[in-house]
Amino acid sequence: MNKKVLVAVSGGVDSSTTMILLKERGYEVVAAHMKLWDYNDVGGETTSDGRCCSLESINDLHAICNAHAIPFYVLDFTRQFRNDVITDFVNEYRVGRTPNPCVRCNTHIKWAGFLQKALEIGCDTIATGHYSRVEYNAEFNRTVIRRGVDATRDQSYALWGLSQDALARTLMPLGDFTKTQVRELARKYNLRTAERKESREICFVADDDYHRFLKEWERGKGQKFTEGEIVTSDGRVLGHHEGIAFYTIGQRRGLGISHPTPLYVRKIDPDTNRVIVGDDIDLYAQEFMVNRINWVALDNPIEPFSADVKIRYLHQAAPATVTPDGDGPATVRFHQPERAITPGQSAVFYDGDIVLGGGVIDSIKNS
Amino acid sequence: MKQIYLDYNSTSPLDMRVLEVMMPYLTDKYGNASSVHHFGREAKTALERSREQVAETLGAEPSEIYFTSSGTESDNLALKGAAYYLQKKRNHVIVSSIEHHAVLMAAKALQKEGFMVDHLSVDREGRVSPDELREKLNDQTAIVSVMHANNEVGTIQEIAALSAIARERGVLFHCDAVQSVGKIPVNVDDLGVDLLALSGHKLCGPKGAGVLYIRSGVKITPLLQGGHHEKRRRPGTENIPAIVGLGEALRLAEGMREEEHARLAELSDHFINAIQTQIPHVYLNGPRHDERIPSTFNMSFAFIEGESIILSLDLKGVAVASGSACTSGSLDPSHVLLAMDVPTELAQGSIRFSPGRFTTREDLDYTVSVLPEIVERLRSMSPLYHGTG
Repeated sequence: MNKKVLVAVSGGVDSSTTMILLKERGYEVVAAHMKLWDYNDVGGETTSDGRCCSLESINDLHAICNAHAIPFYVLDFTRQFRNDVITDFVNEYRVGRTPNPCVRCNTHIKWAGFLQKALEIGCDTIATGHYSRVEYNAEFNRTVIRRGVDATRDQSYALWGLSQDALARTLMPLGDFTKTQVRELARKYNLRTAERKESREICFVADDDYHRFLKEWERGKGQKFTEGEIVTSDGRVLGHHEGIAFYTIGQRRGLGISHPTPLYVRKIDPDTNRVIVGDDIDLYAQEFMVNRINWVALDNPIEPFSADVKIRYLHQAAPATVTPDGDGPATVRFHQPERAITPGQSAVFYDGDIVLGGGVIDSIKNS
Repeated sequence: MKQIYLDYNSTSPLDMRVLEVMMPYLTDKYGNASSVHHFGREAKTALERSREQVAETLGAEPSEIYFTSSGTESDNLALKGAAYYLQKKRNHVIVSSIEHHAVLMAAKALQKEGFMVDHLSVDREGRVSPDELREKLNDQTAIVSVMHANNEVGTIQEIAALSAIARERGVLFHCDAVQSVGKIPVNVDDLGVDLLALSGHKLCGPKGAGVLYIRSGVKITPLLQGGHHEKRRRPGTENIPAIVGLGEALRLAEGMREEEHARLAELSDHFINAIQTQIPHVYLNGPRHDERIPSTFNMSFAFIEGESIILSLDLKGVAVASGSACTSGSLDPSHVLLAMDVPTELAQGSIRFSPGRFTTREDLDYTVSVLPEIVERLRSMSPLYHGTG
């Protein structure tokens, strides 16, 4: 019998193409849309568009799946998403860090509850429309994640949290394609999603206004953010802020301070509730601690190793030495200083295009 | 793949005999029943014939039968229509806690508008207590609504006893009979109801037509304004094909009611026994005999989620539901099971089976042949099951 695969479909061009591609390759395909949040809970634009989780996406998926005789389900993960992703997102901002909700969603929802559901309904594998490759690698003797062939679309940065068990049950066929090729495929398959616009921001902040989101979310819980001071490194008070949650390292706009030279957020201190600003040069640092590590190609390394380390989604991975700490965290030292290393963001270690592992940036040394 | 349909309580397949009587009204006889010409008269004749069929089945007068679009609309018209009419004198509404959302949400809407709403609890088998109704009734009560047979667990209420209590106090009594009509006797005088809702598509009739019985002399405020259709209580051009279908579906169902009841009771009991013999830790939610619609049965499979069973069965070609179709897609446990004090874990692991007219013994045997394997697989993955054996 053919392999049975549960494809995670958002309603966008990538996941719907994935589904048909696998069907053409002879898989027995079942599709499921994860309902992650509800407009009533997250606010923002309620009338739009082709975003994930909107009703139109689901209607499109019904039509596509029906035309291709693919069983299609909507699975409700709103409770888990709220507990494991949104709550963490808000809590991280509250303590002055800048979270990656997509990383958490992948680790805690897609390759957790969704994979579990796949196994429960008799599928042995799940597939997603990520532009990355998942394959067994003999040299590492592990299932590894590789960057997709379309470097501009690669999503391996958000996938470092996946376990070996999860990866062994994962297909990402789009890793072998460019976005242009995928759109062509979608047109060839006559998919109504072929021309759909991208949705690359945080899905549950529908209007991309995360300040609005944080304020409404906290108001909904009867909480608010605490105002505080904006200071220089030597403690001079330059202005006031509405809450450290609204700032991120390297931010220049929206400080509300007039100053002869450009000022940037260089540090956020939750203990004193202060935002510390400085010059561009002050943003550079070389060494930082990473925790919540998950090893992918490597199996619990104990010796220091060299890797290209990527510290945010649009960062160009830079050479560094990674020193595992034995029982969890690791220290990363870039060969050259890097700008705006940001606590809360993921640090992902690469060997060429292979993900060795990753973790969450915790603290920056010497700053 | 063979597709087996065990979800008649959501909707049912159209009986070909019903389609046959509908067909002329979907093709040549397209008139508007309000028109004065030949075409209008044709439609009007069909409309009134259907009204007579419904009235006869329910033991009512044709003048007491009002056509709507659905069971939901009938329930809304009954509850809100009566409440609005009486609101200057009375502002209290009583509904059971296991009503269909059509009633529960209509009551909630009334509550938002300032009505007081009380909910009647149920016992472990889903029965409303006459004593509690007696206690909750007061001089302000405008209307009581208790469903005849529950859509999720099949429990049949003692409507005659309940309606007598309400009517003694001069309070209107509405009964949602969507899941009982055609399955057990439904006679408006025997039940003692003032208002009663039913729907055609649960009876192998078409979707898009419902009925509200309004006892002669009972006044309601219409929810829609428009023409003089349905004596202005439900304006809007009548859906003649669906109404004709509803009348025929009801007539057919009533004609074969006792025979079908016996057949489905036998099949269902056999199925329930087979499941409980082959799968451990399976519980029937609701009464076992007589006090339940035999072809509606809700079973909890301990340690696992109902949703995963439904999806797995679907992939094997068997269609079942958890709770009502209107609540599927959300993982909240059924309000009916919770009201019956079924523990949350068991409520989440519940499946509703509702076979019907075209269900065969082979269909149920096939289901019994695939279900144990599915339940075993899910339990083998369930953290709750480990150590229980």
